[in-house]
Amino acid sequence: MSRFGFGGSGSVGVMMLGLSLLLVTAASSAASSQGADHLAPSSAIDIRVAQLTDTSFKIKEAAAQAIAETGAETGDPRAIPLLKALLVGDLYYRKVDDRIVYVAPAGNSSWALTDALSGEALGDVGRRDLRKITVNNRMRSALRASIAALTLASPDPQLRLKAAREMIGSDDPVVISAVRAQLAVEDDKPVADALALVVAIADLKQPEADSRLTAIEVLHGNLYPEAHNALNALLGSEEDVAVRAATKAALDAIDRKRQLNGSIETLFFGLSLGSVLVLAAIGLAITFGVMGVINMAHGELIMIGAYTTYLVQQLMPGLTEWSLLVAVPAAFLVSGAFGVAIERTVIRFLYGRPLETLLATFGISLILQQLVRTTISAQNVVVQNPSWMSGSLQLNPGLALTYNRLYILLFALIVFALLLLVLKRTALGLQVRAVSQNRAMARAMGVHSARVDALTFGLGAGIAGVAGVALSQLTNVGPNMGQAYIIDSFMVVVFGGVGNLWGTLVAGMTLGVANKLMEPWAGAVLAKILVLVFIILFIQKRPRGLFPQRGRAAAD
Amino acid sequence: MGLLQPLKGDTGGQIMLAVLALIAILVPILNLLVPEGNPLHVSTFTVTLLGKYLTYALLAVAVDLVWGYLGILSLGHGAFFALGGYAMGMYLMRQIGDRGVYGDPLLPDFMVFLDWQQLPWFWQGFDQFWYAALMILLVPGLLAFVFGWLAFRSRVTGVYLSIITQALTYALMLAFFRNEMGFGGNNGLTDFKDLLGFDLQADSTRIGLFLASALALALGYWACRWIVTSKLGRVAVAVRDAESRVRFIGYRVDRVKLAIWTFSAVLAGVAGALYVPQVGIINPGEFSPLNSIELVVWVAIGGRATLYGAVIGAVLVNYGKTVFTGVFPEAWLFVLGGLFVLVTVFLPAGIAGLLKTLRRRSGSETIQEASA
Repeated sequence: MSRFGFGGSGSVGVMMLGLSLLLVTAASSAASSQGADHLAPSSAIDIRVAQLTDTSFKIKEAAAQAIAETGAETGDPRAIPLLKALLVGDLYYRKVDDRIVYVAPAGNSSWALTDALSGEALGDVGRRDLRKITVNNRMRSALRASIAALTLASPDPQLRLKAAREMIGSDDPVVISAVRAQLAVEDDKPVADALALVVAIADLKQPEADSRLTAIEVLHGNLYPEAHNALNALLGSEEDVAVRAATKAALDAIDRKRQLNGSIETLFFGLSLGSVLVLAAIGLAITFGVMGVINMAHGELIMIGAYTTYLVQQLMPGLTEWSLLVAVPAAFLVSGAFGVAIERTVIRFLYGRPLETLLATFGISLILQQLVRTTISAQNVVVQNPSWMSGSLQLNPGLALTYNRLYILLFALIVFALLLLVLKRTALGLQVRAVSQNRAMARAMGVHSARVDALTFGLGAGIAGVAGVALSQLTNVGPNMGQAYIIDSFMVVVFGGVGNLWGTLVAGMTLGVANKLMEPWAGAVLAKILVLVFIILFIQKRPRGLFPQRGRAAAD
Repeated sequence: MGLLQPLKGDTGGQIMLAVLALIAILVPILNLLVPEGNPLHVSTFTVTLLGKYLTYALLAVAVDLVWGYLGILSLGHGAFFALGGYAMGMYLMRQIGDRGVYGDPLLPDFMVFLDWQQLPWFWQGFDQFWYAALMILLVPGLLAFVFGWLAFRSRVTGVYLSIITQALTYALMLAFFRNEMGFGGNNGLTDFKDLLGFDLQADSTRIGLFLASALALALGYWACRWIVTSKLGRVAVAVRDAESRVRFIGYRVDRVKLAIWTFSAVLAGVAGALYVPQVGIINPGEFSPLNSIELVVWVAIGGRATLYGAVIGAVLVNYGKTVFTGVFPEAWLFVLGGLFVLVTVFLPAGIAGLLKTLRRRSGSETIQEASA
């Protein structure tokens, strides 16, 4: 089953590449700002900083403004930290010599001082030797704008995007003109979009109707919440008929896009839940559908797969990024081995008595649960998520898909495809289908049915183990985790039609999406109840599932 | 002797009922008349425990009726048991009156806690015992009737039927966990005070409940035997063994199934109603699908299609559970799991089957009933 590894390793490679690119950019931006440090021993800032000790807010505001402007002109790296410290009230001056300092607590009511300009350590003093540089609300908003404008000049597009987003909704002419200037030279698309948005929202207040119309054109269908708010506000106050109509159209476009986003999101959540159901049920579809064995220990085989992930991570500390690649084949082998053992020792005595296999395997599930409790722990264990599993794919400002769900969706499809290949294209698959259709005839043709049974059950169990690896990334891993999936898995298999892998796929995805569609108005628990009731009623209508087996195989 | 007709030829059942009668006479005497400290004294705790086993036995008999004689492996009988239990619990809740923590004369504590202003409509009437008793029979019976009517009419059988019974109890469990349902959410119903005016903590009440359970088991057993030995029962066995053939002969298979299935559910509801005052609590955990599977295993261990085997299985497994969870709590699941496996693989006819085989070997008696 090394083929499972390929899909995974490809995506890891891409992720690693992205990660290293990010690191390089960060490093280069750090290097360039250090370069600026050497180039600009500006004294202009020093003079202005000294004015911050003044008691008048007017003078302080002018000084802060000047610091920001000087910082923007010279690229002085001290400007942003200074302004930020000033904004949050971390900037002090020493009473004896009016030196501006950063303070950090150093033990009992003493404070370690650092010169704000030179970075020189000035030793520890008591609180009473210091005075805080206070700011008022007016200054705070000015400071925020200045800091944002300064960050706009950053060479890192991520930082620029962040700064641009912070400025959305601002109507300060200084800020807007800075944004306009940046917009003219900006070459990064997302940043340029955000900047254009800032300008457009500000332009909504222009006196000329034409400028407002142009701005509305920009905001048409824009998904940033600020765009929606600004347009809404305009709709309330606007008198020009044409502009009103344009605003209305723009808002409608936003609402349509939002609805589309919402539908995509629901669909994604549904498919994600569905992929979990398919992963959990697909092994069962083999043992139950192909062999007619009701394996109540299936959930515990999933649990064993999840615990294998945990043990693999324990065995290779520091290599969390790669652990899942090892865990997938390992879990397949471990759960598969358990499956073969179960088949050889118990199931083979029970063929043709499906209801009895239910009881025996339920006993096995209890034993496996207790085995994990006594050998590992009764508590949940912590399975780490590799960094490439966290984060999300930002499709547009209103829609982000989390990577872990995305990967598990892909993973489920890959597992499904591989399983289908095994059953349809390999000798083992042919024998499995032969035995499941007519055991006696298959034996007469020379198929070693006992071996096929063991391997089939092992295959189903191994898939359960692989599902366990995926689930360990989404939910808690504990001795009881298998029970949470066993009923859902049975529902999926029965709904899809026993003995039909495609049925399992369709059923899993349908139930997942149906669940998520109902959740907004019914709540999670009620949605689940409704799905169960739906299945119960559905089985009345089609007693053999969505895709019933036809022909002789369906006879018994 | 028309009343004893159903028990004719049922040696195991006769012995079981005799033992039951003996216990029902001895236990109250040993509890009430023999002073504490005497080695023969049976503590009230033990009486309650025995009473609990008897309700489990009744539940097992109900399951054996549908599994052993009708071929329906129900993985949802715990739901009927729990519904009967909830109906009784609602009556007991209403009996608390203003003695609850919040002292509201009408609303149970959990409703006051949830800031409900009035009693929901489905709680009306539960202050009357006759009404509660009616509901104990009606609610599980009606659910089983509707469910069975749908399922049997569309000929859902075998594994599919088992799985949807499991879905039924699972859905009910999720529903009862919701506070909005008005059944106390995951805490369920508890803190009961008295039943028909008798203090639930009193020894005499405990004995009364124990005797009621014994009586219910005896009556339930007799009723099941009556069904099994009747013409209906023989058709049922035929349905179990060759459903299509029975249908082709002209029997309405769905009606046969529906009648026995509904009766079995009512029996399970009665067992639940007797269970709740003895253990003092009912919560949604009783609906858990695992419970329902476990009770199927009692029947399997005792021996299916014998009825008395279900009683033996239920009492033995639960006694084992009490002992093991006290002495080796770790080992209990190993033992129970191992039992499931060993019994299904090596003892398909259960303990009752084993006893029959032993008797046949000793040759002391001819086998009266063909093992079903």
